[in-house]
Amino acid sequence: MTSLLRDRILPVLTVIAAILVIWHVFVIYLNAPFVRDQAARAGTTVTLSEIIPQTFNQERPILPAPHQIIAELWDTTVAKPVTSKRSLVYHAWITLSATLMGFGMGTVLGIALAVGIVHNRAMDKSLMPWVIASQTIPILAVAPMIIVVLNSIGISGLLPKALISTYLSFFPVVVGMVKGLRSPDTLLIDLMHTYNASNSQTFWKLRWPAAMPYLFTSLKVAIAISLVGAIVGELPTGAVAGLGARLLSGSYYGQTIQIWAALFMAAGLAAVLVSIVGAAHGLVLKRMGVKP
Amino acid sequence: MNGYMFLALAVWLCAWALNEWLVRQTPRSLAVSRAIGLAVPFIFGVTLLVIWECLVRGFEIPPILLPAPSAIWAKLTGSVPVLWADFQQTFLKSVITGYVAGCGLGFLVAILIDRSPFLQKGLLPIGNFVSALPVVGVAPIMVMWFGFDWPSKVAVVVIMTFFPMLVNTVQGLSAASHMERDLMRTYAASWWQTLVRLRLPAAWPFIFNALKINSTLALIGVIVAEFFGTPIVGMGFRISTEVGRANIDMVWAEIAVAAVAGSVFYGLVALSERAVTFWHPSVRGGRR
Repeated sequence: MTSLLRDRILPVLTVIAAILVIWHVFVIYLNAPFVRDQAARAGTTVTLSEIIPQTFNQERPILPAPHQIIAELWDTTVAKPVTSKRSLVYHAWITLSATLMGFGMGTVLGIALAVGIVHNRAMDKSLMPWVIASQTIPILAVAPMIIVVLNSIGISGLLPKALISTYLSFFPVVVGMVKGLRSPDTLLIDLMHTYNASNSQTFWKLRWPAAMPYLFTSLKVAIAISLVGAIVGELPTGAVAGLGARLLSGSYYGQTIQIWAALFMAAGLAAVLVSIVGAAHGLVLKRMGVKP
Repeated sequence: MNGYMFLALAVWLCAWALNEWLVRQTPRSLAVSRAIGLAVPFIFGVTLLVIWECLVRGFEIPPILLPAPSAIWAKLTGSVPVLWADFQQTFLKSVITGYVAGCGLGFLVAILIDRSPFLQKGLLPIGNFVSALPVVGVAPIMVMWFGFDWPSKVAVVVIMTFFPMLVNTVQGLSAASHMERDLMRTYAASWWQTLVRLRLPAAWPFIFNALKINSTLALIGVIVAEFFGTPIVGMGFRISTEVGRANIDMVWAEIAVAAVAGSVFYGLVALSERAVTFWHPSVRGGRR
């Protein structure tokens, strides 16, 4: 227990404390010019001890202080009803639903492609280079077009955003699953041959279980990147709803605290999603009999 | 069903059969097998383009929804100056500067905290955590702080690429085994000599992994940051305005440029990886 405290918790807390200190210094440094400017316009002079408290309580600071962000988060999650359009929970839910839909479709597509690639040499040779090349195309650049074009043929709402998440999340799943399905070594495959196992039996009893650790590692990457896709997919829709829309409208109206609150909400969402996948990973491996 | 549809179907079946035949060949010479390795994905790509072209013509899809590849190519060759200006603004100014600065900074910080296990233990979990976050979200803040022109995009890229580089370099620097380190100690090698002669070479595969991840992240970061405000030039700007003006063929031309630029960038990083880590099993295995 003491070693856990010394080796893990203490260093992390130290770094977080250092970040907070640097943050507060920057709050003073970046927001002070505005305070001085206001004082100069009013024809008064301010001393340093007067400037510092004012930098922490501006309405539109260049860098908001942590307590302002926490207050905004509290105000928009707990103090507002969930159905309100000003509630951050409402916006987070919209982003989350697109993320999960895209993640689900991306996972299914990725696994299907990986199974095809492992079982068919022609698919392996012709598809794999393009799967890799597809990721060098900045899909986020294509995102606005996908949304506008799908809108014009009558598809709007969740699906276009989910498609962007799908595109981003299928790649790690394909790469991880191809590696995982190929991970059983020759000895084990030969053993299945001696049992006279059919192709599908080899798949379900050997390849699929062997691929599980790889699958979950990929899923962690995939869900994080699905969230990015959903947030970016909300930008070009013109700031209707969702965390991306909060970012955009915050940047239009100079509401820095709103941007930071949306950012922290997105970070929290990512952390929760990744840890859920991590917990599922542990659970499945435990059911399969892997000792921790 | 009309002629174009039959053509698409015929091309698809022929290409599929050809690829199936090609991958079943077991050529004796290395050159032929390498040529087959290149030809198969190439045939697949060309087939996709032909099917796309045929479908657009066969179903008479309006160009506002999906232009044919030939129309995109015509637009691409017809508007080179605009595309070049966008490429300069987005890629040469923002992506390259931010990529070099972000990766360089991550690398330097990793070297600096190398002697302090305490800082490493503190920074690694945080770095891993930040790598999973939607960091592109800082784009509006950076645009507010650094203005509309390329410095704000560079700032976004630096933040996005810093943590993957830091985490991978720190992991890579601990990749050399105890035996090898003990050997260096018996040579009475200094910390600096051990770093340059042993630990950095052992870290290259990890560092290049980060460089490859970052090469795609950098382009994404810049294009997203351009949604939040840019001068009237840049790939992200052009895409969002041309979508608004319903010039979909121009958008596709811009996407083609971005795809080629991204692939070439990634390819260059991958090539230099092969040159630097020629000893690594994954590279040696690939040259069979």
